[in-house]
Amino acid sequence: MDPFRRRTLELSPSRLVAAARSVLPFIAVLGVALGVHALLYRWQIDDGGVFFYSKILMDIGISIILAVSLTMVNGFTGQFSIGHAGFMAVGAYTGGVVTYYGAMKLFDPANFAAGYLSRSLPMDGPLFGAADGLFLAACLAAGLLAAGLGYLVGLPSLRLRGDYLAIVTLGFGEIVRVIIERSRNVLPDAEAAAKVPAAALPLHVGGASGFTGLQPFTSPFWVILLAGLTVVFAWRLKYSSLGRAMISIREDEIASQSMGVHVTRLKVMAFVVAAFFAGVAGCLYAHQTGIQLTPKDLAFQKSFDIVIMVVLGGMGSISGAVLAAAFVTALPEWLREPTSVWMYGLIALCVVAVFADRRLRAALWVVGLTAGAELLLTVARRAGIELSQYRMIIYALMLILVMIIRPQGLLGLNEVWEIGPFRRLRRTPVAPARGAAAPAGPGGSP
Amino acid sequence: MAEAGAMLEVRDLHVGYGAIRALHGVSISVQKGQIVTLIGCNGAGKSTTLRTISGLLKPTAGSITFEGRSIVGMPPHQIVRLGLAQSPEGRGVFANMTVDENLALGAAIRSDRDGIAADRERCLDLFPRLRERLRQNAGTMSGGEQQMLAMARALMARPKLLLLDEPSLGLAPQLVQTIFSIIREINARGTTILLVEQNATMALEVASYAYVLETGRIAMADSARVLERSDAVRKAYLGVG
Repeated sequence: MDPFRRRTLELSPSRLVAAARSVLPFIAVLGVALGVHALLYRWQIDDGGVFFYSKILMDIGISIILAVSLTMVNGFTGQFSIGHAGFMAVGAYTGGVVTYYGAMKLFDPANFAAGYLSRSLPMDGPLFGAADGLFLAACLAAGLLAAGLGYLVGLPSLRLRGDYLAIVTLGFGEIVRVIIERSRNVLPDAEAAAKVPAAALPLHVGGASGFTGLQPFTSPFWVILLAGLTVVFAWRLKYSSLGRAMISIREDEIASQSMGVHVTRLKVMAFVVAAFFAGVAGCLYAHQTGIQLTPKDLAFQKSFDIVIMVVLGGMGSISGAVLAAAFVTALPEWLREPTSVWMYGLIALCVVAVFADRRLRAALWVVGLTAGAELLLTVARRAGIELSQYRMIIYALMLILVMIIRPQGLLGLNEVWEIGPFRRLRRTPVAPARGAAAPAGPGGSP
Repeated sequence: MAEAGAMLEVRDLHVGYGAIRALHGVSISVQKGQIVTLIGCNGAGKSTTLRTISGLLKPTAGSITFEGRSIVGMPPHQIVRLGLAQSPEGRGVFANMTVDENLALGAAIRSDRDGIAADRERCLDLFPRLRERLRQNAGTMSGGEQQMLAMARALMARPKLLLLDEPSLGLAPQLVQTIFSIIREINARGTTILLVEQNATMALEVASYAYVLETGRIAMADSARVLERSDAVRKAYLGVG
């Protein structure tokens, strides 16, 4: 088959192939989520310590949803939003209201129990409880309400760009926080809830002291499933014509308009979709074990954490956002009990030696950074400094370093498989020109 | 020349940037199948005229009709849909995207995959250099190659009328020749072209009709052959006499 014909087939597969291609990743995600959930669930009977890892895993998963969704706004369309935690807060409280008051109104408390899918720790309960369904509904409601607000915030973004848009999104996050802080006390039981009209229930979410009494429905299953869905969605979006049009807005808005791209619609669409996933992440966050949901924790600081992940990973890179989300989330845990880093340095050195484009330069950076980190650790240990308290300073230093070494972030717009030797492998010769390839070309370059 | 049935008819166009008025009543008409050029100095309002036609700027007064339909106030993405594509000034390629992705974006308004694939082939035949660089990021190419890409990208929308904004800007003289021969070729294949140029010599050579723009007004309008020989144009724009 001649290359051009093959390329055409690749671009326009038959309906059946296209459908299978669309569904496959989702089935894979479901399988992985079930598998990991089952493994962790089993291990926790043997060793209580594993729960620590499943907790970190869930933290990372939630961060991945947040970072990947923000990538759609900041990375694809190039709008600088720093209010992502606002959408997360909206989702968290919406989800909380649905599970907390929904359980009171809809179910008999005696029968209401979390099923296998919504439990991180082995305990008594049915395989599939009513709670599973309610929790899923809560996540959906959280996403939809956040998406609605995303539409409202996306609208001014049509007129604003750069710093001005950043200020609007920042303001949005703060407005959400202040409104939640002004809410009334949580109603302790069904009896108290019965005295309040159903429509007023969302007003009782605990104010500044937090939404107490939420049940820990968030399990590795839900987190992996939803994080996986987010990544697959973002990935398919990025490589669709829609995603390409979004990225073209970031590259050059005027040229993009001249190509007939509906710039305003795509900008708002990016906001809405990103807000939806942030809302879902908020719902997962709210129902985590050991989390007290307070508006303070979902304020500017949180937004900034997410922005750091996106910038570190590379604006517009999904795999970069995933890696950075895992790194930034795991870092505080590591700082709490820092271990020596030379081992990681060695691994990084091996990776760099094989994959980097400019090996010597990259290797020197790795050696320098490892030595620097080791020095910092030693000094901190000698001086008795608790490093985890200086988390923000370390983030800031990391950002500055990244801006100096790699201003485009870890991966830039690329994905992991598009750099280094992967790219060299993928760079198959392009269909040759019919007739002579005309190496000099007419005129040559200036 | 402003007879009925013109493909593009611009009448008495007034455009301003805030308080500064850039165009004071520009009238242009483009017949189907022609190459019409708009020449003039820096700041004469050439690009402003093009940007207004493609909907990127809103006129304060005047009318623009394309194939009998008024397109004043229409958003740019709808104007592209009518068959009016622009290759923006300064090339405006998407630097961090590959040549292939740039071409795909040119067809952003289309969904006929077979047609797009065929047009992609046609564009690559027209600009063989782009074929060698399909997987390369557009920003890493030379200025001439970027210009070729910008033109090819605009052609991917399969426009009836192609608006070219300074295609020779910043290119080596030899390459300018190539670009203009391709412009002729595009026109010969049936695309009407409105060409904005500072390089009056080349523009008048390929065009059949020309307008000379001076400080936001049409100073002269005639067939390109006549203007080439006019003393005023030769002195002011062709650097002769």
